[in-house]
Amino acid sequence: MIPKERPFVAPDKYHELEGVQKMLAACIQCGTCSGSCPNAFAMDVTPRTLWRMVLRGEKEAIFETRTFILCSSCYSCTLRCPRGLPLTDAMSALKQMAFREGRAPYKASTRFYKSFLDSVRRHGRVREGEMMTLYFLSMKNPLLPLQFAPLGIQLMLKGKVGAPFPTRGKRPLESLFNKVMQLENNP
Amino acid sequence: MKYFYYPGCSLEGTAREYSLATTALLAALGGEIEELPDWNCCGATAAESCSRLLSLALPARNLAIAEKAAPGQDILVPCSACYLNMRRAWDKVRHDPATRRQINQTLEEEGLAVSGSTQVRHLLDVLCLDFGADAVVTRLQRSLAGLVVAPYYGCQCLRPYPVFDDPEAPSCMEPLIQATGAKVHPWSMSAMCCGASHMTTKKEVGLALVGEILDDAKGADVIVTVCPMCQMNLEAHQKKISRQRGKDLSISILYLPQLLGMALGLPEKDLGLDLNLGIAPGFMEKLRSPLITQQANKADAA
Repeated sequence: MIPKERPFVAPDKYHELEGVQKMLAACIQCGTCSGSCPNAFAMDVTPRTLWRMVLRGEKEAIFETRTFILCSSCYSCTLRCPRGLPLTDAMSALKQMAFREGRAPYKASTRFYKSFLDSVRRHGRVREGEMMTLYFLSMKNPLLPLQFAPLGIQLMLKGKVGAPFPTRGKRPLESLFNKVMQLENNP
Repeated sequence: MKYFYYPGCSLEGTAREYSLATTALLAALGGEIEELPDWNCCGATAAESCSRLLSLALPARNLAIAEKAAPGQDILVPCSACYLNMRRAWDKVRHDPATRRQINQTLEEEGLAVSGSTQVRHLLDVLCLDFGADAVVTRLQRSLAGLVVAPYYGCQCLRPYPVFDDPEAPSCMEPLIQATGAKVHPWSMSAMCCGASHMTTKKEVGLALVGEILDDAKGADVIVTVCPMCQMNLEAHQKKISRQRGKDLSISILYLPQLLGMALGLPEKDLGLDLNLGIAPGFMEKLRSPLITQQANKADAA
């Protein structure tokens, strides 16, 4: 069950390592998170070790791991943590820091997320074909689209994705996006 | 029962059949839905990975629209990722005043505001709790006896908000499946992660996760899902995974409302069954058992 009392992190601390340290302050290093994580097999550092690195403030080392970027937000650790810590939120906060600081090792994920949000910002809703084209363009790897071609063709034949060309939209969410950026940069 | 319907972006594109089947099934069960006007993307996992406030403001805008249009009318959401994002925004709006103020500042210019008075409900929640297995039994037009169905819940419809079932060992789909006459496949992967967007950015990890799920489904005729992301991951990479693992892991994957719709005798076209990517050979013949009324007519004639 979701614990009622959760560590409180002020909105302006959310993007600092300090904010993540607050979320994890009560960690007892039991390892339930690592044992529950479906992606742990592919991680170089387990979640439990990552939390220790966060609490020790080893920022550069944290952003050399694959750990948080391999979190698929399944929330198993969050649900099982005996201390009731918001572990998936902590992973997200690290992803957000990597995104904001433009850290190179995570460019596949951050460019994918950015392509997705670009499409949302243009139209209010994501257009899946357009999003993938924006992603391929941002990755600047001419071979990448070939990996997705078989699925893309299947989806087009079924009439499930529209034209893969980016189009100019009405930008219905412009005021929302602008205000978010303003508040996050000057809280 | 009347709901706002929030289809979400996938259900307008790669998951069109989920939307078709959901609306057809709800109509057959007597539920009334009205598409949420001017809805926008929930942000999926992309917003959450880039900006906390954006990941709350995008879904909150939809809550604000619903609160304004018809106070107190639940929002029905078929996609688990959309559901989680809307539920989280609702949770923050209700329990975190500082964040609520920030969210409302992002909505102000459009003349919107959110208070958290509208409930967000997953399709599975509505099917299980508002309609239930009896609603299927009383409308049954076709017995699916002979089919073995593996219910797949995935992650985000029950985690981290376990609102309508046990998130460790969910079982709420079972009475619905049994109501059709089908058997439930006993397995341990029903709530394991499909890897979500790993399939695009870290493919080898996604393929490994889905491989384990498909492997454990051996013995079932079909896996049913309640999320467009799970559905796509389970259905679209079976050939590659079978090659990698050196065994045939192909299996049909349907959305739950497609399976229930067949049991209620709804036309295949209305359920979008021509749009699925993963239908194993011979499965459709099994699914198309004669309607009960036809059988009864035959018996009468004899």
